[in-house]
Amino acid sequence: MLIKGALVVDPAQGLEAPMDLLIEDGKISALEPPGKISPEGHEVIDAQVTSNSKKAIRSEFDELLPKQIIKRWVLTPGLIDMHVHLREPGEEYKETIETGTRAAARGGFTAVAAMPNTSPVNDTASVSRYIREQAAAAGLARVYPVAAISMGSRGESLSEFGDQKEAGAVAVSDDGKPVMSSMLMRRALEYARTFDLPVISHSEDLQLRGQGVMHEGLVSLTLGLKGIPAAAEEIMVFRDLALAGLTGARLHIAHVSTAGAVELIRRAKAAGFKVSAETAPHYFSLTDAAVGGYDTNAKVNPPLRTEADLAAIKEGLRDGALDAIASDHAPHSTLEKDLEFEAAAFGLIGLETSLGLSLKLVHEGVLSLSQLIAKMSLNAARILGLPGGTLAVGAPADLTLIDLDREWTVDAGKFASKSRNCPFHGWTLKGRAVMTLVGGKIVSSEQSAVSRKGRG
Amino acid sequence: MEFRHKDLVGIADLSAGEIDLILSTAASLKEISRRPIKKVPTLRGKMMMTMFYEPSTRTRMSFEIAAKRLSADTQSLTVAASSAVKGETLADTAANLQAMQPDVIVIRHYASGAPHFLARRLKCGVINAGDGLHEHPTQALLDLLTVQEAKGRLDGLKVAIVGDIAHSRVARSDILAFKKMGSRVTVAGPATLLPPFLSDLGVEVTYSLEEAVAGADVIMMLRLQLERMGQGFISTLREYNQSFGLDLRHLEKAKSDVIIMHPGPLNRWVEISPEVADGPYSVILDQVTNGVAVRMAVLYLLIGGEKT
Repeated sequence: MLIKGALVVDPAQGLEAPMDLLIEDGKISALEPPGKISPEGHEVIDAQVTSNSKKAIRSEFDELLPKQIIKRWVLTPGLIDMHVHLREPGEEYKETIETGTRAAARGGFTAVAAMPNTSPVNDTASVSRYIREQAAAAGLARVYPVAAISMGSRGESLSEFGDQKEAGAVAVSDDGKPVMSSMLMRRALEYARTFDLPVISHSEDLQLRGQGVMHEGLVSLTLGLKGIPAAAEEIMVFRDLALAGLTGARLHIAHVSTAGAVELIRRAKAAGFKVSAETAPHYFSLTDAAVGGYDTNAKVNPPLRTEADLAAIKEGLRDGALDAIASDHAPHSTLEKDLEFEAAAFGLIGLETSLGLSLKLVHEGVLSLSQLIAKMSLNAARILGLPGGTLAVGAPADLTLIDLDREWTVDAGKFASKSRNCPFHGWTLKGRAVMTLVGGKIVSSEQSAVSRKGRG
Repeated sequence: MEFRHKDLVGIADLSAGEIDLILSTAASLKEISRRPIKKVPTLRGKMMMTMFYEPSTRTRMSFEIAAKRLSADTQSLTVAASSAVKGETLADTAANLQAMQPDVIVIRHYASGAPHFLARRLKCGVINAGDGLHEHPTQALLDLLTVQEAKGRLDGLKVAIVGDIAHSRVARSDILAFKKMGSRVTVAGPATLLPPFLSDLGVEVTYSLEEAVAGADVIMMLRLQLERMGQGFISTLREYNQSFGLDLRHLEKAKSDVIIMHPGPLNRWVEISPEVADGPYSVILDQVTNGVAVRMAVLYLLIGGEKT
């Protein structure tokens, strides 16, 4: 298959130019300036819009006229969401691996890392194997299991990291809960080092969070909702950074939401710690004001913070304190969400809005397109040690084609995800994935967006 | 001035003009309670349901008396004996009650925002009788009425609210209500019971009871919930009483015609001494009387007359 004339953006090679890309045997076999690769014998995906193809009325002479390229789709290494909850096994009424990976493909993601807080918790290799089998059967996106740090994520004893790595786990985390014992977290970091696995920290001091259900600030005061202070996150970020320093292990901080946490990570990086960090689109798109009216779709943990935090998250993305953008896709049904605010579950879904919300950073000039793609693909691949994240010849043909200018309205009712807990319903976003390929196979596509022809 | 609301879920949604309308309506309805036959036919054929998910003495009785004085039918859902204990969700309970076609539902709930949750779903009116830590709007309205009767005005008064602001929906509604009516509000208590960002609401914040009551026209003492002691908010009742218990000495620093208020129930010798609670400055029982009048006014404005 030949993808012709796309604007190729590949941060791994420092590339941002119109190129043709050839796929053979599920791998990228050539990447050349436009016109250099013969289309002979290949299915062709034309990723450029010409003046002719835009015309409403075509005449038989159009083919003879010189074409002017007015727009190119952007071709990037397949996007990787390093933090999602697919709910299978155990809560298939919220999401399954099939529906979750369909949502991923629709959103432009070719790979996701699945957090272990399923039922049962992914604390044994058989669960990781099951997840990979289900993902392979669905055939929509690569799913990399994240194994639990502790058995049952209860924070008491370590799970079998070595066995889990054999079974395909790419990291360990008790995500959804912190490891409250500093001693166990120290041992987890040391033990993970043995198997060269990164440890993903869900940074939250549960005692300081107390019964909090949203960010502690003026909004929580006026709504009469118990607050979660920014310090509940920052204390744990600091603790885990200190433990990373102590152990020399690879630490990754999940879903960073506060200005203070960004600054702590920035300093740890400057000091040479092996630390990486992610944030989620909702932390640079929404503030605690979104909770006004007690909208349970805006109930998420860590909670939506203030304008100042939002600005600091953007700055952290810009200056590199934050390496990755991950959605923390957390499906819940109306059973968990159509409730009084304090009784509702934490979490929102993001796989199908993540790219559109993140492209806003490019449209606003916070990040270059190449920087954004690094944060949504390459960096996640590097942190988790995944194949992909690059368009280098020989890499798997996991690819995302993006229409940067397409304006579209978020309609949660039309999501591929089983769940609807999305606070962005009705938002107009600019830019979206028009085609997603995994291993050279099209897993999601808007037929209208890309014309596919038998020959060039 | 017209009252164009389906629900009364918080003082936050009311304008000063609307608050004035409620207060003047309440003042005129108050006379009914002094008649030998304390009943008018205004709300005949209307149905008020009460759903109390938390205990209440004054508020629930006050609503029921108010409805009866206006000839509305009342029905109360006893939560301990209802399907809530069988795990029925609030959404389902509400839908079922709606199906019985009440005109207004009065709800008290431990979850902040529960009345808003109902108001969004139900066609009938919803009155918030206290939700979590959020608001208790009819309490604030009866407080305003009581102060207005005693002082003849609300504008420019110094109102001190003292005690557990953090866990008080009365405090939140009172702060909003008194601010909207032009009073100056000072809050006082130990820092553990004064949530951060209070000053962003436009109130003075102090840790000194003496400072709060100095020159005050109105002193509102809040109930200290005794279980706060075990949660690290205060050390001992003795120390709380020494620092924040109101007694006769404090009144000397206030205006000579200061009034003392308390939403009840009282903890004598904790937040207030008996001489103050039961003394000549106390208007605590006037608050209760005015509670009926204010709730009559709210019911009348929400479901009385022909609404389009």
